[in-house]
Amino acid sequence: MKLYCLSGHPTLPCNVLKFKSTTVMLDCGLDMTSTLNFLPLPLVQSPRLSNLPGWSLKDGNAFLDKELKECSGHVFVDSVPEFCLPETELIDLSTVDVILISNYHCMMALPYITEHTGFTGMVYATEPTVQIGRLLMEELVNFIERVPKAQSASLWKNKDIQRLLPSPLKDAVEVSTWRRCYTMQEVNSALSKIQLVGYSQKIELFGAVQVTPLSSGYALGSSNWIIQSHYEKVSYVSGSSLLTTHPQPMDQASLKNSDVLILTGLTQIPTANPDGMVGEFCSNLALTVRNGGNVLVPCYPSGVIYDLLECLYQYIDSAGLSNIPFYFISPVANSSLEFSQIFAEWLCHNKQTKVYLPEPPFPHAELIQTNKLKHYPSIHGDFSNDFRQPCVVFTGHPSLRFGDVVHFMELWGKSSLNTVIFTEPDFSYLEALAPYQPLAMKCIYCPIDTRLNFIQVSKLLKEVQPLHVVCPEQYTQPPPAQSHRMDLMIDCQPPAMSYRRAEVLALPFKRRYEKIEIMPELADSLVPMEIKPGISLATVSAVLHTKDNKHVLQPPPRPAPPPSGKKRKRASDDIPDCQVLKPLLSGSIPVEQFVQTLEKHGFSDIKVEDTAKGHIVLLQEAETLIQIEEDSTHIICDNDEMLRVRLRDLVLKFLQKF
Amino acid sequence: MDPECSRLLPALCSVLADPRQPVADDTCLEKLLDWFKTISEAGSSLLLLQENPCLVELLFQVLRPQDLSARVLSFSLRLAGIFAAQEDCFQYLEQGELLPGLFGEAGPVGQAAWTAPTVRSGWIQGLRSLAQHPSALHFLADCGALDTVFSLQGDSSLFVASAAGQLLAHILGLSMRGPAEGLPSLQAPDWPACAQKIVGHLEESLRSTAPPQVTQALNVLTTTFGHCHSPWTRVLWERLSPLVACLLEEDPLPAAHSLVDLLLSVARSPVLSSDCGLWETLAQTLRHLSPTQAGPLALGILKLQDCPQALRAQAFGVLLQPLACVLKAADQAPGPPGLLEGITGDSVTVDTLLSSKSACAGLLCRTLAHLELLQPLPQRPSPWPQAPLLGAAVTILQFCNGSAAPASNVGGRLCALLAGCVRVQRAALDFLGTLSQETGPQELVTQVFSVLLEHLRSPDSSATVLKKAFQATLRWLLSSPKTPGCCDLDPHTQLFLRELLPVLQKRLCSPCWEVRDSGLEFLTQVTRHWGGQAGFRHVLLTSEVPELAEQLLRDPESYVRASAVTAMGQLSSQGLHATTASPEHPGGQQKSLLVELLRILSEDSEGFPRRAVMQVFTQWLRDGHADVTEDTERFVARVLQAASRDLDWEVRAQGLELALVFLAQTLGQPGSHCPYAVAPPQATLHSPPAQALQALCRVRLFEFAFRALFDCDRPVAQKSCDLLLFLRARTVPHSGPQEAGGSPDVVSVEAALQRWRAGEQGPPLGDLEPETVLAVLRSMDLEGLRGALAESSDHVEESPQSLLQDVLAAVGVLGENQADCY
Repeated sequence: MKLYCLSGHPTLPCNVLKFKSTTVMLDCGLDMTSTLNFLPLPLVQSPRLSNLPGWSLKDGNAFLDKELKECSGHVFVDSVPEFCLPETELIDLSTVDVILISNYHCMMALPYITEHTGFTGMVYATEPTVQIGRLLMEELVNFIERVPKAQSASLWKNKDIQRLLPSPLKDAVEVSTWRRCYTMQEVNSALSKIQLVGYSQKIELFGAVQVTPLSSGYALGSSNWIIQSHYEKVSYVSGSSLLTTHPQPMDQASLKNSDVLILTGLTQIPTANPDGMVGEFCSNLALTVRNGGNVLVPCYPSGVIYDLLECLYQYIDSAGLSNIPFYFISPVANSSLEFSQIFAEWLCHNKQTKVYLPEPPFPHAELIQTNKLKHYPSIHGDFSNDFRQPCVVFTGHPSLRFGDVVHFMELWGKSSLNTVIFTEPDFSYLEALAPYQPLAMKCIYCPIDTRLNFIQVSKLLKEVQPLHVVCPEQYTQPPPAQSHRMDLMIDCQPPAMSYRRAEVLALPFKRRYEKIEIMPELADSLVPMEIKPGISLATVSAVLHTKDNKHVLQPPPRPAPPPSGKKRKRASDDIPDCQVLKPLLSGSIPVEQFVQTLEKHGFSDIKVEDTAKGHIVLLQEAETLIQIEEDSTHIICDNDEMLRVRLRDLVLKFLQKF
Repeated sequence: MDPECSRLLPALCSVLADPRQPVADDTCLEKLLDWFKTISEAGSSLLLLQENPCLVELLFQVLRPQDLSARVLSFSLRLAGIFAAQEDCFQYLEQGELLPGLFGEAGPVGQAAWTAPTVRSGWIQGLRSLAQHPSALHFLADCGALDTVFSLQGDSSLFVASAAGQLLAHILGLSMRGPAEGLPSLQAPDWPACAQKIVGHLEESLRSTAPPQVTQALNVLTTTFGHCHSPWTRVLWERLSPLVACLLEEDPLPAAHSLVDLLLSVARSPVLSSDCGLWETLAQTLRHLSPTQAGPLALGILKLQDCPQALRAQAFGVLLQPLACVLKAADQAPGPPGLLEGITGDSVTVDTLLSSKSACAGLLCRTLAHLELLQPLPQRPSPWPQAPLLGAAVTILQFCNGSAAPASNVGGRLCALLAGCVRVQRAALDFLGTLSQETGPQELVTQVFSVLLEHLRSPDSSATVLKKAFQATLRWLLSSPKTPGCCDLDPHTQLFLRELLPVLQKRLCSPCWEVRDSGLEFLTQVTRHWGGQAGFRHVLLTSEVPELAEQLLRDPESYVRASAVTAMGQLSSQGLHATTASPEHPGGQQKSLLVELLRILSEDSEGFPRRAVMQVFTQWLRDGHADVTEDTERFVARVLQAASRDLDWEVRAQGLELALVFLAQTLGQPGSHCPYAVAPPQATLHSPPAQALQALCRVRLFEFAFRALFDCDRPVAQKSCDLLLFLRARTVPHSGPQEAGGSPDVVSVEAALQRWRAGEQGPPLGDLEPETVLAVLRSMDLEGLRGALAESSDHVEESPQSLLQDVLAAVGVLGENQADCY
């Protein structure tokens, strides 16, 4: 059993598991932090961005000044943003049989895999995952395609040139494999390969293994996966949460008794408690708006935003913010808000029950009805007519490199009354803000990451007790910035095995059993013999038939009829002859009785020696030695076959045959 | 006993003795017992029994084999005990073979009823009551009751078991009184029989290998040494201390908790504490106990008045041990010469700290709580290691929020165990607050403020932690030294305040109401103390805190509104309330706080904010707040009008308080007549009484007070009565001889009062003339009313006669119901 690790990002995993005869890809996350190296794509012509000076080498050589721009001491690539794909060279991706998706954030690389690697397999995911994943992809494609950029920089990627660049460009990994965003056509084609599944549904893969999605409590439709054969069980835990937010709670019990538990997608901000962060978010929002400032919340169009809107729903009246407009701007804003209300069966119990009232499960419906929350596909069109300040704007993309957020950063960045509040934990907020410096706007970082923290993980591991834990290497040591926090790492016994990008792990367990069926007629013919109370044995002579990873013992063919005169070659000739087998022996030899028997049969001068494994009976006169051990008996005599056979028969008297 | 009760008693006794007539509830039996106890304490029980033979008859009923309910059985046992407490009555009952029947082997012991814990409890309490005289001791020795008491020490009911232990201690004390008083020898035969038997039992228990038995013996001894300080206890201790010493050698220590209690009780006894061996035993025990068990003993030792210095040092060392470990784990030098220096982290303490999260939190919380108790005591160790303790509290808090830099593996583990531990955070913040009584090195004080700020700032601090952090911050702020020669705040405090206010601002916007509430409370307190400091005023006024506080007057949570009212009242009193344009009328008319508070008083649906408004108004009136003095009469009239309609009695009572302040101000310095008097700041006003009364009439104070006089809530009526009495004392001498009685106004007022007394609402009185009021005041029996109000409202229902009637009526009613059923 092997695990090929194609992504080094702990929360955007992409691993391939070879288990029995199947090749299963676990998630295909897309690392978008690479886009932080690029200049933002403004929706409206930005004089500031277009007038940034080109970057030149120390010696004054300015041949890169078209590709690289400098802003407040940082250098950015002036080109269409590119993403860092999962490793494609480590394993031939066309051999992947299935891809299991655990949540909508972990499928963003799917079009790259399904459309460009010769992949012919099947993709499994839950319905909300697919629908919301589609929205995220649609938004991404839309953000990038609606601001076409003529230029595509590639010179800087040259290894010799990259060496000369300042950090972080110098240290960016695998830049040659970075790719531009996929197209909507590729998205559609990729999504068409997805087979929808429901929680606890058992899916057979070639008869060899069975995969099952379980609720993981992190997002609408998010799942963990069980991959099991008859005797082995691998659990794949990715992006799970034990907090009570909107999705169905996490199913922990089904993870019990795993041989291997692959653990990814823990919280990226282990020191921040989501509740505290929500409080921080609300307080800062209120303080800004009270002073007449605007609040910008860069976010994804689905996920935490639902919970934030719910908190605000309860908070705005108490904070006297009832008159402040909330805007949600995304090409998929409308679909996201509506979709969330129709996936009732995937919601937490509380919200499910609302459906029967009937009430919309999420209170953002009421915010929309009362005109407190308005949503628009983009800043163009209706929004510009309705726009009123001070206000709160939720919009993407959290990297601040594309999407409507770029416009608001340019618009509001100059005033210290305004605040940008970062709630998505995927991007370093300082790096995200770098191309906007100098910035007068206040910046508040309250990342809300509801995924498991290390305390919850250690409880979970105690509860489900897997034999082995496999996780990204980042989880096996404290975060570099807090090297003393020994509590911020996975602590389990035996220690977790860690992986990093482009590594192949041999998982530490051997398959010892395989299930074989016996045909009823064969089973009928067996004659078990009880050798110990409760244990019966029978010899089986059969033909092992293996097809589609299922093994069946069938009755042996009847002995071939006596050869006819014709010497024609027949099919039955290929069947090996069923020779008459020697009987099997069982039982043990009581040494004292054996010696007595020997004496009875005329052997004298018998000496018994005890050895570590049993006994040696020495027949000194006959210069013969009988070694009796637990599972074997040897008679060693010099070329006296008669004597050996005599002795053998005496030994056999003590054993049972069948 | 009054004749009516005597008359009812036979019926009561026959009801109780009749198993077919179940007694309604236990409480009336308890009340009956209380009543009999009062009677027998006041006079002769013997006489009582002779006058009321039905009582003896009732007790005899118990002896007859019949199905008495467990509660009546228990009642009878306790009743017999109460009577037998007097020796003559005891003998009377014993002669009738009643006592042996009740408490001896022939009694309930061993019968079916004995399985009910209430019967066993009644039996013990009966014995406890009767064991008051030598005759009782003989009885106890003869009837074999002691053996039963011994066995009841291990009873399944904790109440019974504990009462059995206490009874043994009591009997032991009683038996050693009298002839054995003084110094008996160590030898057993010299001791009275009862004492011998009990001591023998205790010795046997102490030698036992079963921990519960050891615990029982230790508890009896703890009670004995705790309550009895006669010389004989010294001999008892001499006799038993070798056995206790043997216990100390066992590992693990049996019944460690009880042992600590016993040793402390012995050490506190004035007769025993001079024993040198005792100090040695205590020292040995301290060494022997686990860190968690040793804490209470160490604290107890340090509280002792006179105890050897070495032992005190050892005990203090034990208390400080966990903190020393923490400091060491963070590689903090324990600071300038302090007590912690000599203490190295004991490995047992370290093991306990690191064994589990709960053990670690438990030990630290207990240690901090013990030190917190010790800090204010005069006998606390000296020199008090203020600096290392401050350092330890700060370090613990840093471990909890993950900002400490651990220096070793122990530190790393502590960090993992304590990270985010709310329990320890709360305990450490409390302790830190206590330490503010004294200062420390400036460097440490800076650290204290910065750790407090971190906690106040951190989004991860829970609401309770924030509350404690605010409290500790307040204590440290108020204890910070003033710059010499300058009345303003010192620069460090100023700097801290500048950092603190943005945090407070954010907390006032928190979505969690508890946080907003604690923030407002903090603001109120700090303004109360520092409202006059220029430095504070400047920082506060440049922040948005006052506006935010004002906005919280409309908070959806009533507690927050109440706190906001108090805070705004305080800010306004200190002139720190900047009147701003309200959000509803941007740039429009200025809205006064007074109007807003009046709105809350008349419109708020919850009581807390309205009570808070009344308190603020009363304070404003006392202090002569500018908004009030503008037109005091109008203000008082409006407030009283609103308060009189309020459904919350506390608001009405507070209205009377405000009326009293107004009264005092209007009539002038009331001197010692009025307990509520506060001199108005603008010197005393000696208005002529007639003019003053006019003013009182104009604000309709009388109508408010007269209505309140018949308020359905007693405290309001009492307060109003006091107010009117005070008013009469002040005014009637001035009013002259004119007689207004009988005038039509007086008649109508009196008629209205009659209606109010009857509980009717009635129309308002309208404008009253001072003469009318005075006449009414003169005619009212206010003293009588005050007397009636002073008695509790149920004084009639509480009488023994009513109790007896109730019991009988309940049975009677039960009987009727049964008849109805058929």
